[in-house]
Amino acid sequence: MIPRHLLIAVGTLLLLVTSMGIYARHMRRRAEEFQYAAADALPVAPPASGPTETVTLYVADDDAGMLRARSAQIPLPGGRQQRAEELLRALLRIYQQPDSPHPLPPAADIRSIFLVDPGAAVIDLNAAFSDQHRSGILSEQLTVNSLVETLAANVPGISRVNILVEGKTRETLAGHADLTETFDVIAVEQAGSQ
Amino acid sequence: MRWSSELQFSVPSSQFSVPRFPVRTENWELRTKILAILLAGVSLLSAAASGEEKHVSVYSPVAIYTLPVLERAGHEYVGLLELLEPLGRVSSQTDGRRWNLRYNAVDAEFAAGKTRARIRGRNFDLAAPFLIENSHGLVPLNSLGALLPGFLETPVNFHESARRLFVGDVRIQVGFQLDAGNPLRLALSFSAPVNPTISTEPGKLRMVFKRDAVVSPASPSISFDNSVITQASYSENNGDAELDVAATQPLTATFSNDRKTIVVSVVLQAPATPSSAGSQNPAPTSPAAANVSSGTSRRVLAVVDPAHGGSERGAALTDTLAEKDVTLGFARLLRHELEVRGFAVALLRDADTSSTLDQRAAAANVARAGIYISLHATSEGSGARVYTALLPVEGPSKGAFHAWNAAQSPALPVSRIVAAAIVAQMQKREFPARASSASLRPLNNVSMPAVAVELAPGTDGVAELTNANYQQRAASAIADAVVSVRDRLGAQQ
Repeated sequence: MIPRHLLIAVGTLLLLVTSMGIYARHMRRRAEEFQYAAADALPVAPPASGPTETVTLYVADDDAGMLRARSAQIPLPGGRQQRAEELLRALLRIYQQPDSPHPLPPAADIRSIFLVDPGAAVIDLNAAFSDQHRSGILSEQLTVNSLVETLAANVPGISRVNILVEGKTRETLAGHADLTETFDVIAVEQAGSQ
Repeated sequence: MRWSSELQFSVPSSQFSVPRFPVRTENWELRTKILAILLAGVSLLSAAASGEEKHVSVYSPVAIYTLPVLERAGHEYVGLLELLEPLGRVSSQTDGRRWNLRYNAVDAEFAAGKTRARIRGRNFDLAAPFLIENSHGLVPLNSLGALLPGFLETPVNFHESARRLFVGDVRIQVGFQLDAGNPLRLALSFSAPVNPTISTEPGKLRMVFKRDAVVSPASPSISFDNSVITQASYSENNGDAELDVAATQPLTATFSNDRKTIVVSVVLQAPATPSSAGSQNPAPTSPAAANVSSGTSRRVLAVVDPAHGGSERGAALTDTLAEKDVTLGFARLLRHELEVRGFAVALLRDADTSSTLDQRAAAANVARAGIYISLHATSEGSGARVYTALLPVEGPSKGAFHAWNAAQSPALPVSRIVAAAIVAQMQKREFPARASSASLRPLNNVSMPAVAVELAPGTDGVAELTNANYQQRAASAIADAVVSVRDRLGAQQ
């Protein structure tokens, strides 16, 4: 006959082990969810497939207060719209490097780009791009000019650009650069050359 | 219905004339009464408008500004929050009849209708009851001398009768030296640069110091042993200081020694011209104004817009310093610099208030200003950036009308000239500056020449943005640049 107190002790231990197992599984699931959430905030990686092409990126330089043309080899998909999106994401990756000449928030991303004929493009930024952008006329204008000029230089036929945030019109990028109007590519290029 | 023949009213005011118009005879007495009431109202308003508004001038190392003085129940009051705001970080909270104020690390408690206040835990007695109006705390003006040392850690000197408040060691001394040689000259030496408004009238040259902390010499009146320049006298009233030089011949004044010296001399007599012979009106002869008045006799209105304000803080320059605060201080300095150069200046905000971008543009357009200057500040880069509008794609033309988002279009060439002039003046002062274009509202919506100036720190870091000398250099450069293109601005009006 097993003593009663031994049965109670074994039962308690079994209950404890089961509870700890459930708790450990719960903690593991939470850790996985956190990891996925962090990964979601980062820019989407460029496509592994597609031919590598040489493109010209107009990279903002805060110290010089101007854009600098930089050649880059990046893999680009076939579709015009997808090309435009990957192009600007390649530009963003430069800005998100630790030694970036024009730092942008790590969570900044291009949600999508719509090419609307004839000659109009709409860039849709994610909320973090605008919410976490540094505030100031120069830094905001350099960002806008960089996006517009890079797009126009590599996607033929674009003459006008609109910028949205999370699919909606936002008054300014971060308090200064006006996003309510349509940017004229030629005017932006002329401004960049001043 | 029966109408009388036309009646004519004569109006007992030279300012108004009423055209002939038909009046119903049965109602003409009533109409006469209404007209009389209206005229009385207009007369009262005219009288009120012609009266000089009372204000108090505050001179401190960080800011020089004026505040309106309010009359309540026979006492003069001033807003305490507005008074302390340019001097440090200040916030207030209204809790029923209690009004709590925090200035830097100093806490103060006031109660509406009470004469007792607590500052740093110590009791202070006010000369009249404390008032709360629209969450603004009003303190009696004649209590400032006792009240402010409780907040400020610097000596405070209040000239109560003249409503001039000196915070810290800012007072500017003046000395007189008469050179009786040929030409006869009276040199006024100041301990710091000054910018008075100078005017002449028969027998007198008057210098009014609105923004300079000039104080009385040892004796407020000095007599000279000379038959031409006989006396110099000092007085101060309603926030201003005034120096008058009495003479038996017309006088003129010139600045030297980096505006620390004003030399008063006798005007060489020239043959009178018909246009000037009969003139008896005082003629403003501020040297800066004299340099620019050749193109037009009208005063050009400059609208200065300190960007952001209220809940819209602009860039966070440091953890505690917001762009909106720097732009406001900078705008006040620029106002002064433009005023002494003969411009009429309107600030779109003179306190921590907010306006929409459309409201700012509309205010400038309605005022038909000669120039619009928007002021910004940033912690990045160095020196200053001067921006003109980067116009968006314009919609189809509607004849003489421009789209709201391209209202700047006709004035853009002059705006670029103004921007280039500002850059040139800044570079003259070894201030790094560049001109550029930006899609920055409300520049697009302003119909007159418009620029935005973004001030960045110099070599000493972000703290320099609040340095009065640093801002002064930039403001002076902008004002000189605007003066240099004044004729083009006049043409825009």
